[in-house]
Amino acid sequence: MPEPLLKIEHLGIEFHTRRGTLVAVDDISFDVLPGEVFGIVGESGAGKSLTGQAIIGLLEPPGRIGAGRIFLNDQRIDQLPYHQMRRIRGKKIGMIFQDPLTSLNPLYTVGKQLVETILTHSEMTPNQAHQHTIALLDEVGIPAAEKRIGHYPHQFSGGMRQRVVIALALCVSPSLIIADEPTTALDVSIQAQIIALLKGLCKEHDTAVILITHDMGVIAEISDRVAVMYAGRLVEVGEVRDIVKNPKHPYSQGLMGSIPSLHHKSEELIQIEGTMPGLMEIPPGCAFHPRCPHAFDRCRQRRPGLIDTKPSKVACWLFENEDRSGNT
Amino acid sequence: MATPDQLKTNTPPLLRVTGLKRYFDVSEPFLNRLLEGKSRLILKAVIGIDFKINRGQTFALVGESGCGKSTVANLVVGLYQPTAGKIEFDGIDVASLTSRAQMALLRRRMAMIFQDPYASLNPRWRVDAIVSEPIRAFGLLKGTQAISQRTGELLTQVGLSPADGAKYPHEFSGGQRQRISIARALASEPDFIVCDEPTSALDVSVQAQILNLMKGLQKKFDLSYLFISHDLAVVRHMANSVGVMYLGQLCEVAPVDAIFDSPLHPYTRLLLDTIPDVELTGRSSQPVTGEIPNPIDPPSGCAFHPRCPESTDKCRREGPELTTLDSGVQVACHAISASSEK
Repeated sequence: MPEPLLKIEHLGIEFHTRRGTLVAVDDISFDVLPGEVFGIVGESGAGKSLTGQAIIGLLEPPGRIGAGRIFLNDQRIDQLPYHQMRRIRGKKIGMIFQDPLTSLNPLYTVGKQLVETILTHSEMTPNQAHQHTIALLDEVGIPAAEKRIGHYPHQFSGGMRQRVVIALALCVSPSLIIADEPTTALDVSIQAQIIALLKGLCKEHDTAVILITHDMGVIAEISDRVAVMYAGRLVEVGEVRDIVKNPKHPYSQGLMGSIPSLHHKSEELIQIEGTMPGLMEIPPGCAFHPRCPHAFDRCRQRRPGLIDTKPSKVACWLFENEDRSGNT
Repeated sequence: MATPDQLKTNTPPLLRVTGLKRYFDVSEPFLNRLLEGKSRLILKAVIGIDFKINRGQTFALVGESGCGKSTVANLVVGLYQPTAGKIEFDGIDVASLTSRAQMALLRRRMAMIFQDPYASLNPRWRVDAIVSEPIRAFGLLKGTQAISQRTGELLTQVGLSPADGAKYPHEFSGGQRQRISIARALASEPDFIVCDEPTSALDVSVQAQILNLMKGLQKKFDLSYLFISHDLAVVRHMANSVGVMYLGQLCEVAPVDAIFDSPLHPYTRLLLDTIPDVELTGRSSQPVTGEIPNPIDPPSGCAFHPRCPESTDKCRREGPELTTLDSGVQVACHAISASSEK
């Protein structure tokens, strides 16, 4: 097993408000290996974007890391002062946001934005940076890169803009890219192009990706491992194949069952009753128990930790015995 | 050639659309055109489409953004006036209705569910006022007692409680708001509902709840749906027949199983290929190259030819007509109509 690139230990993210402290991400731990695509999937409000923002140090106040540690290459990065974090951001960790229009500055040409990023983080001369930019734009599939380098973001279509953002994230070869809903704003045919591009580039540059999305299809298409989040907690972590084909946690099962299938037609979709609780009303014990068809007393009283059920890890009391028998 | 659906029932379709066109004038103001010598710019959002929806059935329109599917939805319910073409609802030509009273009779029978449940509900109205608005507008019931009883009934039907009527929309989650939209759409007891991307703003688990609810209501009240979506998996789940749109034109119309099991038009095939494979069937997917052209300046001939792997000279010169094949599937592609003639 290779050394993990990114290690997250018991991360908690909280918001101080007048009505008390809200815990948006509660005690999550996972590792990301070098070069792998690690998916984080969950519904809106599950805390997946906050987790991404915490890693790259872009949590907006009043949100803050309340507990836990984040290590990148064994260096602790969650407590770094602002200017040191700036050096890591962009150089070691790249970021791709959901909306390509808002993550590019509309007043500068895309070339200028790329060259500026390269000059900030590397030793290249302006001329080299310019050449590198053209090569990058070419690599992400922008036709006539020498000409497009002088264009402004509004002159690109949505898919092309997202390609520019990918070039921006890749330009100083970071070891980790956090992609937060990179294809949600795009049409399906463009989404397929961007997914294929991201997959190819990361393999080529040996970059690890944390892919944050609500779309299980995108995860299934490119991830190696997946973490399923619910109400700020991890409910299941494992290989993508195990989670898609054989989800164990009742929430993952419901989530997979609620996706309409293309290959066979069913009369009714499996639905999880109710909705995800708000941060003010997370129930005691397992956060999923009020909606869970298998809930029993223990679920209402104690919160389950991640139980290694081989091959995936599940946070559910149903699997506790299985774990014990596996150990003895 | 009759489609299988037609053979089953002899009743005329509930909605029949023929040669529907809608152009938008997006030119600069007259003075600018005069001074700068610019010509008029016409955006052809919908370029002559035909389809019909039988009673109790769901017809889905799929396509990528900018293909005109929402324009069709707005045309059908009368939010836009068509540039040309005919819309017949239950045998009545909608354009022939001139008086408000006649329109109101027809309007009562149609309803619409919009995409964004945050924007389609008035934030300053209580839920019972929102849901009962169609009842009051069409004068269906008299007296506050009767109206509030009916509102409670409607809210129960969509899985909310009558007590929710006293709340405001912001107190509900996205899925619950979409339930309120559905309750409002049902208030006038329509037989036809236009659903414009009703679940695309929702999470998958909530989407499943809404889709199940819509299917249940369809059975209960014998509703017909025009279902607009870009999500093919949702369409497969909901629809009886499907029309695939590209740049304002229909390129394939077929029963739902035919579209998914034996797609004919190259665009339909490519669209199916691009869907992320959630079931890990291991099929190789080939992303479509190129992007959707600007509808102000569409390509010559068949609108899809620049992205089509099978395009020929003929495709560049002339646009194909939607032709009905022996199987009842309608498709607009030179390659397919040529091979079926042989």
